[in-house]
Amino acid sequence: MPFNLLVLACLSYVVLLFIVAFVAERRAALGRIGWLRSPVVYTLSLSIYCTAWTFYGAVGYAARSGLEFVTIYLGPTIVFVGWWLLLRKLVRIGRQQRVTSIADLVSSRFGKSNLLGVVVTALAVVAATPYIALQLQSVTLSFGVFASGTPEGWALPDRDATAIWVAGGLALFTILFGTRNLDAKEQHHGVVLAIAVEAVVKLVALLAVGIFVVWGLGGGPAAVFARIDASAIGEWQVQPGRWTGLIFVSAAAVICLPRMFQVMVVEDGDERHMALASWAFPLYLLLMSLFIVPIAVVGLERMPAGANPDMFVLTLPLAEGQGALAMLAFLGGFSSATSMVIVESIALATMVSNHVVMPLWLRLRPKAAISGDVRRIVLLSRRLAIVGVLTLGYLYYRMSGGSAALASIGLIAFVGMAQVLPVLVGGLYWRGATKAGAVAGLLCGFAVWAFTLYLPSFGPDAALSAATFEQGLGGIGWLRPQGLFGVEAMDPLLHALFWSLSLNTAAFCLFSLLTFPGPVERMQGAAFVNVFDAESAGSLGWSRGRAEPEALLVMAQRILGDENALALFASEARAQGKEGFLPDATPDFVAGLERRLAGSVGAATAHAMISQIVGRATVSVEDLMAVANETAQIMEYSARLEAQQEELTRTATQLREANEKLQQLSVQKDAFLSQISHELRTPMTSIRAFSEILTEGDLPPEIVANYGRIIHEEAIRLTRLLDDLLDLSVLENGSVQLNVGVANIQQLIDRALAAAGQSRPERNFLIVRDLPAENIFVRTDPDRLVQVFINLVSNARKYCDAKEPELRIKVRQRAGRVSVDFIDNGSGIPKQNQAIIFEKFARLTDQTRAGGAGLGLAICREVMANLGGAINYLPGQGGAAFRVTLPLRLDRKAA
Amino acid sequence: MAGHVLLIEDEPNIAEAIRFLLGRDGMRVSSLSDGVGAAEAVREVRPDLVILDLMLPGCSGLEVLAAIRAHPETGSTPVLMLTAKGQGRDREAAEKAGVDRFMTKPFSNAEMLASVRELVQR
Repeated sequence: MPFNLLVLACLSYVVLLFIVAFVAERRAALGRIGWLRSPVVYTLSLSIYCTAWTFYGAVGYAARSGLEFVTIYLGPTIVFVGWWLLLRKLVRIGRQQRVTSIADLVSSRFGKSNLLGVVVTALAVVAATPYIALQLQSVTLSFGVFASGTPEGWALPDRDATAIWVAGGLALFTILFGTRNLDAKEQHHGVVLAIAVEAVVKLVALLAVGIFVVWGLGGGPAAVFARIDASAIGEWQVQPGRWTGLIFVSAAAVICLPRMFQVMVVEDGDERHMALASWAFPLYLLLMSLFIVPIAVVGLERMPAGANPDMFVLTLPLAEGQGALAMLAFLGGFSSATSMVIVESIALATMVSNHVVMPLWLRLRPKAAISGDVRRIVLLSRRLAIVGVLTLGYLYYRMSGGSAALASIGLIAFVGMAQVLPVLVGGLYWRGATKAGAVAGLLCGFAVWAFTLYLPSFGPDAALSAATFEQGLGGIGWLRPQGLFGVEAMDPLLHALFWSLSLNTAAFCLFSLLTFPGPVERMQGAAFVNVFDAESAGSLGWSRGRAEPEALLVMAQRILGDENALALFASEARAQGKEGFLPDATPDFVAGLERRLAGSVGAATAHAMISQIVGRATVSVEDLMAVANETAQIMEYSARLEAQQEELTRTATQLREANEKLQQLSVQKDAFLSQISHELRTPMTSIRAFSEILTEGDLPPEIVANYGRIIHEEAIRLTRLLDDLLDLSVLENGSVQLNVGVANIQQLIDRALAAAGQSRPERNFLIVRDLPAENIFVRTDPDRLVQVFINLVSNARKYCDAKEPELRIKVRQRAGRVSVDFIDNGSGIPKQNQAIIFEKFARLTDQTRAGGAGLGLAICREVMANLGGAINYLPGQGGAAFRVTLPLRLDRKAA
Repeated sequence: MAGHVLLIEDEPNIAEAIRFLLGRDGMRVSSLSDGVGAAEAVREVRPDLVILDLMLPGCSGLEVLAAIRAHPETGSTPVLMLTAKGQGRDREAAEKAGVDRFMTKPFSNAEMLASVRELVQR
């Protein structure tokens, strides 16, 4: 058969797949999904479990190890027959959480941890690389088979070149249909339908070869059975340990392999389809394995010794001159390889892009998350990831030289991906599982797998030195890749499986028990483990609700704020007698919480949010958080409004206070004017009365002289009043001119005493001073300070009612300030009056005797304020006591 | 003109002026310099007229007036009130309390004399 015909058939087949995929995409784009999402297509798409390894390799496996190949089909069969237990939950969660890959599922379960996403992605890429290499190898091998079998002697182009062409073509197809657009659900109808078509092709091809072998070559079933019994395969014994291990690992693989997860959970996600798949997929596997043993037996018989049993499916028809059948078989194998690579690279690209590239890119360019070009970046990163994954596969193929038996490579990948199983199952069924546990388990399993199985697979002295194989890592005996912890003579695969999964599970459980999950982890854990409970509650309302208190608390915290929410939950817990724990989500409590939330976000929103938690959890946690965050923004806004309201209220209060103050000032002004009127009119009355009397004449001279003196006195009194008023006004409005200079306190007191001596000069006043203490130089307005001293001394002279009046003057200097105390030995100022003595016209005694207008102390107070000091009354000193304090150096600004 | 006037005024110079004016006119003038006990003095002295300053130390002129009016023996004694504050409010309060004449300082001697004469004759 001409080689170019083969290439032509191959290309035609690929074009057919392109058309199928294109049509499906068009239909889906027009919304006519219909049978594109049917249980049949779903079941057929699951057939990517059967890769080229299964198509070609199973026969080789059977030829080498007898019936053991069956284990690879038994694992998935058990999983699918028991779909109600695990797969249903997986698919339900996948749909509810809008999971995009197995890495996303694990990351999502453990509080959206990107670290876990990265770990699972790395594991998947590492494990998938040899697997992809395996597909490239099988396609290349099958090309080689045809090339060597052509009578025309068509030389096969360079094998590596073939592999490159295949890898490039697959990358193109995958990019075209796997990254045509960005769908949040990561569904690719075109790809899925193309895979379904390929599933049919490979089944038909294998069945056709099988029928040809049994009836065409073997002489019917009975003869074939007889040959099987006679062959070595009939003698193979079941090794219970290895069988158990292989069934387990293949069961784990069907759940954990990225491509299986992609078609099983991500692409479809309809549990109803699983009902058909639960029997149809095992049936498909049964049909795929039906003729394996006959082909192997007949092949071993008929083919020359040394022929690769992995290629019997192809070489038997070729050897028998069945070119068309061989072509069909070739297309079957081609389908197996291409469908696996396409889906695997889509799944891996999604993981790499979502968990590695995008987080990095967003961290490097945080602003980009706001602008709209993220989609472009995502698509680009996926396309690059697809190329990268295929390149890795190709490199592995080149490195490994395509020598290892197909089956062993496949099993290495299976064990690698099985490392996700403990975390996955634990995450689905154990609420106590934590992120730390998951990371520890995965890393531990990953490391043990790499050390015991993956690195040794490159052969001695490739990745691990021969010395390591024999003497253990770093010469430590119990760290030998195939004899870990002294377990010797165990099947290397079982050895790796046992240790990696045991240590993985142990680390996972241990760290989960030792750590405490964060809030989002708890919430996600509840959502995952109780996925069916929440759904069954449905619309029956809170009475049947099974809300998780954690979820309610997280939501309440978002809306009510941490403190309020915690207080609310704590009080409910107390009421339920569960102090220190979260309260049960009783109907009453949930209803109360809803009312509380309604107060913040409105009744409709509150009900919707509660129902999302209590009832159908069709909204993802992120959606819920987004709603809550929006609400927080609204609350922030209303808090701002409230603040503005408060501000207004405060302003109104201030205005009212200012108004009251003004009214008070107005009253004070009236009182002041009234006082001034009185102070002016009183002397005027005397002056007017006596001047009228004097103008009438006819008075004795001594009376005239007396009345003239009164008029003079009253005139002086008027003048002094006006002087004081003007002085006070200048001091009060701060426009006073200070003549600052250096002066000695002692001299100033001397001046004040001399000036005040005129006040009641008839009294013999004892002045007590400490002259050395007074010797302080100050920088101030000396005249103004003397004015204050005079006032105080004359007040003492006027008001001190002691029989032997005495005035003590004490000067002290402290911390840059000087204080001068004037203390007399009179009865002092009554307590109730001490507060008002510095007010204007606060004269306490008979005004005539005092002789002032009642402005003296008010002026003193203003003077001291202008000098940067103060004047205060000192209570409890035995007599009237005033303290004047002033700075040593008058600061111009303070003045 | 005969008559007995009780002068209650804390400003000694003003009191002196009024004493001189009324004394020259033939009246007898008794004087007090503060409001404390002024109402009792009025009861004892039984003057024909009380001249009362509004602002007195210890006790306001209005209080003294109220006490005078409150007592049956002195209730009808004429009272002339003097004030230096010159505010309408004080006049109203005084008239309400039953003052007979209200004069603002400074006053003219003639006006004072005329008022006193008129009130003493009542």
